[in-house]
Amino acid sequence: MERELTCIICPRGCRMKVALEGKEVVSVEGNACPRGKTYAVTECTNPHRTVTSTVRCEDGSVLPVKTETTIAKADMEKCMREINAAVAKLPVSIGDVILSDVCGTRVIATANKNA
Amino acid sequence: MFDVAIIGGGVVGGMIARTLSAYNLHICILEKERDVAMGATKANSAIVHAGFDAKEGSLKARLNVRGSEMMEQVTRELGVKYRRNGSLVIGFNGEDKKHLEELLVRGNENGVKGLRLLDRDEVQALEPNISESVTCALHAPTGAIVCPYELCIAAIGNAMDNGAALYRDFAVSSIKRTENGYEISRYNGETVFARYIVNAAGVFADEIARMAGDFSFSIHPRRGEYVLLDKECGGTVSHTIFRTPSKMGKGILVSPTVDNNLLLGPTSVDMEDKEEKETTAEGLALVMREASENLKIPVPFGKSITSFCGLRAVGNTGDFIINVHDGRFVNVAGIESPGLSASPAIAEYVLGLLTKHGLCLEKKADYNPIREPKHAFREASIEEKNAIIEKDPTYGRIICRCEQVTEGEILDAIRSNPTALDIDGVKRRTRSGMGRCQGGFCGPYVMELLAREYGTSMECVTKMGGGSVMVVGKTKGDLS
Amino acid sequence: MKKDLVIIGGGPAGMSAAIAAYEAGVRDMLILERDGALGGILQQCIHNGFGLHKFGEELTGPEYAWRYEKQVKELGIPYKLCTMVLSVSEDKVITATNPQDGVFEIEAKAIILAMGCRERPKGALNIAGERPAGIYSAGMAQKLVNMMGYMPGKDVVILGSGDIGLIMARRMTLEGAKVHAVCELMPYSGGLARNIEQCLNDFGIPLKLSHTVVKIHGKERLSGVTIAKVDERRRPIEGTEEYIPCDTLLLSVGLIPENELSKTAGVSLDRMTNGAVVDQDRETEIPGIFSCGNVLHVHDLVDYVSEEAEIAGLGAAAYIAGEEKKEISVFLRTDGKIRYTVPQRITAEKDVRVYFRVADVYRDVTVKVSCDGGTVLSKKKQKLAPGEMECVTVPASALEDGRELYFEVEGA
Repeated sequence: MERELTCIICPRGCRMKVALEGKEVVSVEGNACPRGKTYAVTECTNPHRTVTSTVRCEDGSVLPVKTETTIAKADMEKCMREINAAVAKLPVSIGDVILSDVCGTRVIATANKNA
Repeated sequence: MFDVAIIGGGVVGGMIARTLSAYNLHICILEKERDVAMGATKANSAIVHAGFDAKEGSLKARLNVRGSEMMEQVTRELGVKYRRNGSLVIGFNGEDKKHLEELLVRGNENGVKGLRLLDRDEVQALEPNISESVTCALHAPTGAIVCPYELCIAAIGNAMDNGAALYRDFAVSSIKRTENGYEISRYNGETVFARYIVNAAGVFADEIARMAGDFSFSIHPRRGEYVLLDKECGGTVSHTIFRTPSKMGKGILVSPTVDNNLLLGPTSVDMEDKEEKETTAEGLALVMREASENLKIPVPFGKSITSFCGLRAVGNTGDFIINVHDGRFVNVAGIESPGLSASPAIAEYVLGLLTKHGLCLEKKADYNPIREPKHAFREASIEEKNAIIEKDPTYGRIICRCEQVTEGEILDAIRSNPTALDIDGVKRRTRSGMGRCQGGFCGPYVMELLAREYGTSMECVTKMGGGSVMVVGKTKGDLS
Repeated sequence: MKKDLVIIGGGPAGMSAAIAAYEAGVRDMLILERDGALGGILQQCIHNGFGLHKFGEELTGPEYAWRYEKQVKELGIPYKLCTMVLSVSEDKVITATNPQDGVFEIEAKAIILAMGCRERPKGALNIAGERPAGIYSAGMAQKLVNMMGYMPGKDVVILGSGDIGLIMARRMTLEGAKVHAVCELMPYSGGLARNIEQCLNDFGIPLKLSHTVVKIHGKERLSGVTIAKVDERRRPIEGTEEYIPCDTLLLSVGLIPENELSKTAGVSLDRMTNGAVVDQDRETEIPGIFSCGNVLHVHDLVDYVSEEAEIAGLGAAAYIAGEEKKEISVFLRTDGKIRYTVPQRITAEKDVRVYFRVADVYRDVTVKVSCDGGTVLSKKKQKLAPGEMECVTVPASALEDGRELYFEVEGA
């Protein structure tokens, strides 16, 4: 089986052709760099995404956050549910851990926020 | 018990209210919308016509010329921008020229001053961007421009400052004759009693009249669509450029506005539905086509910032319908163009009718005809601005970048008569959100100010009342 | 007040320019920022994808901005927040206002214009129909959702497939809204391919190319839109109309450099970029006034904004130091397939990186730069697209006073 993919690793957005045998990737074409190949393999076997969102702070405002590493694409909804339920204590510094275990990673603040 | 209830908070009702507020009278304005100036007043050509259009001897002609004369003083008292930029009616051929000659005669008859026919070279000298196919034009130096909703808001604000009451969301559903006047009800049953009624209900004036037992006239709406271009384009022409009129109206005009935008329009389509204010693809295309014919340079439609549609109240008599029914019910109906121009004179005329029918007038001792201009801050010198900012730092914070409107001006609009209740209300009073980004930047800040001033949540802030909410809830999943 | 250098705008461009100027020795300087914080529009761009080129890692907008803000603070570069510049005069007098200082003037030796861009509003489209609530630019919706924590609506149609529109499609979906479609007037998207993949395809949101919104429905709040397919001249095709019930229409129909201040200063603008005409140092035709970032031309990557701003910062520092420019004048012209170049003019004999955008999608073509018929350089390209900025380096050896460089796409 063959699959066409657009690489999302960088803004270049390479169009790649991936040959698959069952779930196994046999070859990748069209990638301009090795990261593309890695992406193609992950994307065809167990796709991952970074989730960026906001969490509610104790004062009612919102704070931007992200997952520290990518998570399985299938877990995005679950991740959002946990992010939505969280309340951040202020003040927060950029990089502070807001949730320590969500879908195998941590959710960290991407901005500073004073109380 | 009010002495006079004015039904309709448009520019006509507003001018009448202001005129009456100079006397010791209890007056009220009943407006069916949530804000004033929401009907034809909100969406028209913003022109103070010189007065050569209307048929000699008609009420339209008389009140137009008189209103045009009064407008400069009225706008000065109300602190409203007004510019006597003059108008040109352009002709493309011999037939147009004949028509212009007739207009010249009619204008002179109506008492319009300074009218003159121009040849091609004179037109080009006056307006270098006019189409080279234009062969002649009628020049009316007394033609002027004014912002109609600014004028209406200022007139009603001034009337309120002098004691007039404004009832919003007051859609009249019935009018009952009582012993010494009328009982006026709205749909939810709330009533207002008044000795006299002035019916200035625009396209709905015939329906209001029928409630009072007057079936003598009818009104139908005529749609006019407009396109408004960025302030960069305001200098395209300096005069208001009309085409030689036809049976359907004055054709597509091209005019600078007092705020230096360029206004193109209106189309002219007779309608049935008095609420249908949709713009149409055909209408906007017509505006663009005819406006392009008027100019030799390409009209910069890419600089268009908005398009809108207004419904003009066209009466079945061909003239303004201003009369008294039953001794106490004054119709001010069919006020289509030149209604804005005539509005100060209409108010004067209505005052006369009311006195004739027994309304006693006694000057109010503390009447103040002056309303502080709302654009004063913008036009002040740096020193004056700093004196204001020192007292009130909110005048140092710019909320609307495109129109450079400060927080102080927006708060003033929210706090002063007639108070702005929503985003569009703020926009009409301050121009915040009316510039080239159309509220993209300032919208969220204006929402915050409205929520704060009225002590409500952001979810309660609306664009124009009713269900026109700006946000439907908070993020983080409380979206039901 | 007098200053050697005033930078108008404290977003990514303004901050990069300020840091570069500082490092080149400028000390008497001031950044004027209209918002309550540094960072500009990046503050609300909470998604990742920034900084790959510049820092080799994927940052979110606020993180990218923080890298610069931290530096500005560490270097002690002064800035004023909540300060709106009202006008800039040709002799470099800036008039600004804020609640603390009131209206004040600054005489600057040099000015860097870094005001960014704004979104094209609905008015520019003249869509027929009513004027209800529920129609927002994608950026305003982004501010409401990401900065203020409010949802503009729950059933969404997006017109325009610019990157902000695509990003907001994902963002609104993650927050529980249903995005019914993204309509794009052109037969291709103006957004990055990766954003179509991860913002639309990931969530099954249809991208309708060659489609537009022809009518807006709803009196108070938007109740739906009618969309239609367009022909090759971008006119709606009768019979292809489709009604989509929705309470929200987001517009992502292009960005316009915000050059109102440049105009008050009399800076001449390029009709294609809507930004200033500049030389290799990003100096405008008014000596000492520089322009960089999205106010100069709309970039698709903030990394390139920072790079360009550094050039402007160094240029301004050199100007303040009184360095003479080499007096050559080479104009850059394009064939129309290449819509524009930045810079538009070269005044120094050195290697110059020239950025450009194309007018349409071209495949397997050659970008050629020539001078008096002689080829200066040519570069084969698999694909050129309007959404993606390209660049070539013109060698100093190709620059000769009074000549023109001609940029064209061959084989299209």
